[in-house]
Amino acid sequence: MRPTCVDKVFELARRDPRVAYIGSDLDPPIARRMREEMPGRAFMEGVSEQHVVGMAAGLAMEGMIPYVHTIATFITRRCYEQVAVDLCLHNLPVRLIGNGGGLVYAPLGPTHLAIEDIAIMRALPNMTVVSVCDADEMKRFMDQTLDWPGPIYIRLAKGYDPIVSRPELGFEIGKAILMREAAGRRDRVLLVATGVATTRALAAADLLADEGVACSVLHVHTVKPLDTEALLRHAKGCKLIVTVEEHTLVGGLGSAVVDALVEHLPGAMPPIKRLGIPDAFARKYGSQDQLMEIYGLQPPEIAQTVRDGLCLRAA
Amino acid sequence: MAIDLAPAARHDPSLRLDERSILLRRLVVRALDGGARGHIGSSLSLIEIMRVLYDDILRYRADTPDWPDRDRCILSKGHGCIAQYVMLAEKGFYPHEVLDTFCRLDSILGGHPEAGKIPGVEASTGALGHGLPIGVGRALGLRIHGSDARVFVITGDGEINEGSVWEAALSASKHRLANLTLLIDYNKLQSAGPTAEILDLEPLADKWRAFGFVVAEVDGHDVEALRRTLRALPLDHARPTAIICHTVKGKGLSFAENDANWHHKSSIKPDLVAQMYDALDAL
Repeated sequence: MRPTCVDKVFELARRDPRVAYIGSDLDPPIARRMREEMPGRAFMEGVSEQHVVGMAAGLAMEGMIPYVHTIATFITRRCYEQVAVDLCLHNLPVRLIGNGGGLVYAPLGPTHLAIEDIAIMRALPNMTVVSVCDADEMKRFMDQTLDWPGPIYIRLAKGYDPIVSRPELGFEIGKAILMREAAGRRDRVLLVATGVATTRALAAADLLADEGVACSVLHVHTVKPLDTEALLRHAKGCKLIVTVEEHTLVGGLGSAVVDALVEHLPGAMPPIKRLGIPDAFARKYGSQDQLMEIYGLQPPEIAQTVRDGLCLRAA
Repeated sequence: MAIDLAPAARHDPSLRLDERSILLRRLVVRALDGGARGHIGSSLSLIEIMRVLYDDILRYRADTPDWPDRDRCILSKGHGCIAQYVMLAEKGFYPHEVLDTFCRLDSILGGHPEAGKIPGVEASTGALGHGLPIGVGRALGLRIHGSDARVFVITGDGEINEGSVWEAALSASKHRLANLTLLIDYNKLQSAGPTAEILDLEPLADKWRAFGFVVAEVDGHDVEALRRTLRALPLDHARPTAIICHTVKGKGLSFAENDANWHHKSSIKPDLVAQMYDALDAL
């Protein structure tokens, strides 16, 4: 989804003169082509995230729709005040494209792991937070970014992730997608996931189906605004809810889901288990998949959490 | 292409403020009285800069604040906002009575300026170091649209401690933004004390030159000198301009001048208001 995202920016820029692109010392070949074809509105700025976000705000104030692209930790942590004040307070249509959301940069260590990006972005008024699950969904999403009001944080995964999204399920910013339905089963489990964690949740549901455990999988590509209506519809009457995210347990999807359930299903909240990264910096390197396994985010670990949850419930 | 610039200027303490400058300061006191608080010293050093901009330099339409061809004026040192509020009232963006509501619950005029609330305010500022990056983006946006509108950013001196200012300076120079002018209110005092002691900015003009700006220095309370310099813009057709305005914090209030204790006051009582008016009457 990483190349797809920037390809789509180029495509959008070709058909809409309001689109601008700003790289911050991250320069895929497509960005170079953009600068050649439309030098006036494709920029390569340096390692200057604070400035780049302010510059994007200024361009948006002049009617442009800037897409800012750099590594996820740097575009969220380094320039948080600029994101809050320049983008969110002014409610400007700037799109922040964060490369390597979650554990993608595992071998590079904790300075490069964007494990709290969703939490800090969703804490800001007016911000929309989107984490799609694959490149096909990225295409459907990017088409909708042109006219979405206000800023968007776009969390990119590694790239070349397996395609699990389906065009017939459509895509709308702010509308969760039921990717798998445990229809008619009263003892069903609901898995709620975002980004590439959805891919793992779907695989876990396959494992559990073989054992007679029926799981629905709700893909929450837009963590903010949360699709509370869909969440409540699918959560009601569940035997167990498990949230899955490649993100700290502090303030991410799991927190958003629990907040909504506490608010709207008082007294009727199903048992819930949140899977994510504990409140600690990573101490290991390796690969994204290895770290996801350690954090219990791969299909076998997700399936085991469901089994444990059901047993606990039964007990 | 560059024009000859006046030699480095300093503020001339013998310079007398004229009637308009005194009137504008009385309006600052009016707002301070209305809100019973405010950044006193930081607003008063800005008065002549904002006066000359709004009286003589900026293109705008008070009845159409979002007129596309207007010059964009971004007060990056948002804490000096009373100086801008006074000029916006003077120019008819809103009635003078609005100054009396400064910082009150339902006022449009807060302790820092907010775009979208106040007609004529181009960006919400207050957090320091945001104005110049936004100004760079706006200048690029105007270039994209083929507009000849200009961008003016006014920063404080303590404000340029912020790294974001220098990031934006690199970019403004790289993009040869001749439509961007930075004015630095160099009153040499930041909140906690003298800039020379807290984080020395000197040699300030050399720094801006090194970052690719064409630099002018001016007495920031000398209305004629400000006019002359600003009317000469752009000082270079391929570079952004930095104008270092040598000013006095608290200018016009004899008891507050050059005193960091008057940076901000949060409980302004009627006797202090009277004292401020008396000091202005004595000019």
